[in-house]
Amino acid sequence: MKNKSIKGNEVDHGKLIINADWCKGCGICTAFCPTKAIELKNEKVTVVDIDKCTQCGLCELRCPDYAIYVGRKKNEQ
Amino acid sequence: MSNKVRLMQGNEACVEGAIAAGMKFYAGYPITPSTEIAEISAERLPRIGGKFIQMEDEIAGIAAAIGASLTGAKTMTATSGPGFSLKQENIGYACIAEIPVVVVNVQRGGPSTGQPTSPAQGDMMQAKWGTHGDHPVIALCPSSVRETFDLTIRAFNLAEKYRMPVLLMMDEVIGHMREKIEIPNASEIEIVDRKRPSCPAEDYLPFKPEANLVPLMADFGAGYRYHVTGLVHDETGFPSNSTDIADKLIRRLVDKVELNKEDIITWEEENTEDADIIIFAYGCVARAAKTAIKILREKGIKVGLFRPITVWPFPEERLIELSKSVKTIIAPEMNLGQMVLEVERLCNKHTKIERLNKVNGEIIYPEEIVAKIEEVL
Amino acid sequence: MPSQLVDKYFRAEDLPQIWCPGCGHGIITRAITVAIEQLGLEPDKVCVVSGIGCSSRAPGYLDFNTLHTTHGRALAFATGIKLANPDLKVIVIMGDGDSTAIGGNHFIHACRRNIDLTTIIFNNNIYGMTGGQYSPLTPKFDKGTTAPYGNIDRPFDICDLASGAGATYVGRGTSYHANVVTSLVKKGIMNDGFSLIEAISGCPTYYGRKNKKGGPVDMMQWQKDNAVTVTAAAKMTPEQLEGKFLIGELKNKPEPEYTKEYQKIIDNLKGSDI
Repeated sequence: MKNKSIKGNEVDHGKLIINADWCKGCGICTAFCPTKAIELKNEKVTVVDIDKCTQCGLCELRCPDYAIYVGRKKNEQ
Repeated sequence: MSNKVRLMQGNEACVEGAIAAGMKFYAGYPITPSTEIAEISAERLPRIGGKFIQMEDEIAGIAAAIGASLTGAKTMTATSGPGFSLKQENIGYACIAEIPVVVVNVQRGGPSTGQPTSPAQGDMMQAKWGTHGDHPVIALCPSSVRETFDLTIRAFNLAEKYRMPVLLMMDEVIGHMREKIEIPNASEIEIVDRKRPSCPAEDYLPFKPEANLVPLMADFGAGYRYHVTGLVHDETGFPSNSTDIADKLIRRLVDKVELNKEDIITWEEENTEDADIIIFAYGCVARAAKTAIKILREKGIKVGLFRPITVWPFPEERLIELSKSVKTIIAPEMNLGQMVLEVERLCNKHTKIERLNKVNGEIIYPEEIVAKIEEVL
Repeated sequence: MPSQLVDKYFRAEDLPQIWCPGCGHGIITRAITVAIEQLGLEPDKVCVVSGIGCSSRAPGYLDFNTLHTTHGRALAFATGIKLANPDLKVIVIMGDGDSTAIGGNHFIHACRRNIDLTTIIFNNNIYGMTGGQYSPLTPKFDKGTTAPYGNIDRPFDICDLASGAGATYVGRGTSYHANVVTSLVKKGIMNDGFSLIEAISGCPTYYGRKNKKGGPVDMMQWQKDNAVTVTAAAKMTPEQLEGKFLIGELKNKPEPEYTKEYQKIIDNLKGSDI
């Protein structure tokens, strides 16, 4: 039993997808982002420079709230 | 095939009844005077493809039985006073999560370790009020070995039908006494199975009640992935902080029993038609009462018996009706007055109520009931 | 739509979870679903059982057969589920207080029986749900609301406790080392017996604040700085290991599994009912 209608406000940044509604602003993803492609603004994760993102996936791995994840890989259609 | 006639003790009849009802899983912890129920289950269950497990404590015994029930198995645990106290937490869990399980309490003297090998009826109110919060209760009380067999089956049937724990309130006398009983053929036994959903998984609402207020129950592993919690929850099974949902849920749980009382309540009457005096007795005390009635009737005293078989919910209506035509109700109990509180609450407007109580670990003898009745005549 | 993983294994309509900002529990919960994904388990045959506390809210967010039981009792319920239906993959999620204090008895006996349950203990060193009381995993001298002058209890080592009690697979990861948690959970599920994975989780709200350990990032950094892999530790001196803790696989010694041993009894008795 699962209702597929999901609340949330996702923004597709290409390499990264962010759901600001789920972000609690803990700062874990930004602190451990190796290229500093993301940062916290007004207690929400935001993309500073998407070109810096290497899609390493550490933000997705460590986001306690599943508010950020790696989008379509570069070499995918 | 003819019915099997056997000599057996109440605890053994309990296991035989459970197996006849379809028990496939038993989890418990040894405790006098219920231990034979565990021992015989351990011996019998693997022979019919069932499972027995001796858990690390009483709490774990009922927890494992509830867990197993979620997979679709009919399950039971048995205990006595101290263990009944420990099981209360998860009896409440089975009430709110609506999981069928049979809990047997072979009552002994309390409080605490009390008198482990002596009979008592000291847990009758605990059966009603033992776990915290408002909740439904069904408790049955046998007074013979054969009735232990029958009521164990009934306990399973009611647990399945109403999705809740059902308590079988035995006592040490009934558990350990041996009587000849005729075991009915399987075809003569009515078996009730929980109602399972047949709808597509995405349409299943695990806590949406049917007309009888009982929701359909899917087995874990059967393709209906749902959530079960001891928190107040909505029809989906997920926790809710809504005051409306809380109110609706608790009232429905209690109403499941309250509105189906006619189906659940049973009692026995003997010689009540012309009785001036009624003995209110249950469990092993009802046996002494029957002998007392014979003695008194021979003396010309018109005495009858009212014996609740379903002790919770209490057979109120019939007792009130009877109380209007009798001079006295005598309530002998192997406690300091528990079920008599219900009798008093319901009947003291209509008749006089006398208590007869014993807590020394002995049974109540027929002569004691006779003497009490002659005293109050 | 959330990530494919979240979409597939979570009840996303109930997200975000109730946990505080920066709580490690969400990271560990995700790591468990990655293990399930990598093993290709059939969701209908997965059952996730929990007790009471912060960690125990995890199953509610997961789209399996999920059971949120009473405080400390998850393993006893799970034992009944597994024995009654051994085809189910049963995963148990408990907190540190839940598993080692009120549930301590069930914990050691589940280890001893070697029943095929994969247990993940979310260890945040505190009772979070009730507001920060010390648990059997609160380090000595640390503070909790019920240890205002410092905790004088000695803490358990959950992994040593599980090993000593007979668990056949034991490992430790952290919320920082989420991939380690995934790999241990995978191996734990594959182990035919009782597996225990301790997942160290940060509680910034209560444990962190009460003990001046900083915020979510500082607590993750502490895990990063103080965790030592089993292989690295083998080359380190006791002085170098002072104040550190081991992560990785700590025990892997398969032994006969409980439900299979019980099935042997049933099979031996076949046809012998009287």
